Amino acid sequence: MRFMVIVKANKDSEAGVLPDQKILAEMGKFNEELVKAGVMLAGEGLQPSSKGARVRFQGSKRTVIDGPFAETKELVAGFWLWQVKSKQEAIEWLKRAPFDEGTEVEIRQVFETADFAPVDPTGELRKKEEELRRTIESKRR
Amino acid sequence: MAVTATDPHRAIDAVWRIESARLIAGLARMVRDVGLAEELAQEALVAALERWPESGVPENPGAWLMTAAKNRAIDLLRRRKLLERKQEEVGREVEGEVETPDLDAAIDDGVGDDLLRLVFIACHPILSPEARVALTLRLLGGLTTEEISRAFLVPETTVAQRIVRAKRTLAEARVPFEVPRGADLAARLSSVLEVIYLVFNEGYSATAGDDWTRPELCQDALRLGRILAGLLPEEPEVHGLVALMEIQASRLRARVGPSGEPVLLLDQNRALWDQLLIQRGLTALDRAEKLGGARGPYALQAAVAACHARARTAAETDWSRIASLYEALLQVTPSPIIELNRAVAVSMASGPAAGLELVDELLSERSLQGYHLLPSVRGDLLAKLGRLEEARTEFERAASLTKNARERALLLERAAKCATDSPAPRPPQGAARS
Repeated sequence: MRFMVIVKANKDSEAGVLPDQKILAEMGKFNEELVKAGVMLAGEGLQPSSKGARVRFQGSKRTVIDGPFAETKELVAGFWLWQVKSKQEAIEWLKRAPFDEGTEVEIRQVFETADFAPVDPTGELRKKEEELRRTIESKRR
Repeated sequence: MAVTATDPHRAIDAVWRIESARLIAGLARMVRDVGLAEELAQEALVAALERWPESGVPENPGAWLMTAAKNRAIDLLRRRKLLERKQEEVGREVEGEVETPDLDAAIDDGVGDDLLRLVFIACHPILSPEARVALTLRLLGGLTTEEISRAFLVPETTVAQRIVRAKRTLAEARVPFEVPRGADLAARLSSVLEVIYLVFNEGYSATAGDDWTRPELCQDALRLGRILAGLLPEEPEVHGLVALMEIQASRLRARVGPSGEPVLLLDQNRALWDQLLIQRGLTALDRAEKLGGARGPYALQAAVAACHARARTAAETDWSRIASLYEALLQVTPSPIIELNRAVAVSMASGPAAGLELVDELLSERSLQGYHLLPSVRGDLLAKLGRLEEARTEFERAASLTKNARERALLLERAAKCATDSPAPRPPQGAARS
């Protein structure tokens, strides 16, 4: 299963302050470990929200709002995509990440299309098919 | 916000998955016996299972397991040394101190090398292919015996037996715990790649069971492949295999229909292909080619897969490139099945007549007698050429040869159609791997 590991923004990341050499080196080592273990599928760091934008949908109206955005703690500063066997494995990997005090990182499981029929994500079609089958059978009797 | 304590058993499972291979590899170097190394690692795991539910999961669970296992190894080596001394005394050949290995260094240094040694020993040609697969998944994939038995739909006792026998075989043959060098490396590496691809294929088109695919197993194989690519970054065929698996795995969710039926490559909804895996696959293929491995058998198969991955629609497929890749593949690994694949690619690139010519050359091929795809492909080409009566015979023959009920129905349908219908311009079934 896949997990997205979401690193939240902080004052520094929103100010565009790059992490110092030491942290960069530690993070590099951690990433290398993830790659070597065959766990990391992708991972990126994001620029501050001042370089981003939002699009708000209201009926047919689209409003573009330029960054920066105020709610720093709710913003995303980076992410990984990991391939692991369980949520627990993702947690164990994340515990090894060299984050410093106060950081909180979120782990979210990615929907696997392989888990259900691809054209029928809600099972709606299959359900209808079964109903139809039952109807046909009841008419046969 | 709820702060929940982690369930220690689940945490232990996860830690085991992450640490077991490195643990076993480090221990194997100390004690020079893979079976024993695994037992020591297991003992450390049991200790964790006893301790952690009470004490909580330690801050650094990997290090905890290492220390626990190392202590057991030290005890064992001391007992052995004692035993050796006694034997020496009996033989009156005391020759000074028995060398004590630097245990910390033994475990902490050269983790990569140890892992690589473990890979090569688990895939040693002295073992049967089944044993290699079981041992690799167990020692390197961190899978339990039960998980392996579920994946391969064999009883758990069978898998356990295989593993026990494999370890005994390795010990009895005194297979050295080392990375092969020189010409030996190429041969041994191909055994490793074979094992990983075998695991992948069992997941990709299951030979047994009700499910057409078992994606879990594909993920296990991919993980092993990616680990190997990290351990042997300069070996082009490792990247070739990883590329092949990444690209094939990108189609996993497209190759099963709503009711679990197989969907063939050219009929797949390409929007369902996993673009992230395709990208990873193309990068790995590029790496294999840059390392001079474009002509390796896995890299060539990956290049075929990449042709399909790059085509936005089935109609955009570069069939002449696929035909030439198969030709190159034939030169490195001659096989009538690859010939047949090439014939199909040629028919798609240059028309059914050219394809039929190649297929007809294969009719006398002994190993293809009884292979349903030969008459199936031939029937399709004949149908395209308007030779419907001959085509019908071939489809019926193919239907009588296949073991798959769904496929048989499809072939009989096509046979019946030949009598009435004009042929649809459709590529032969089984042409390209889905």
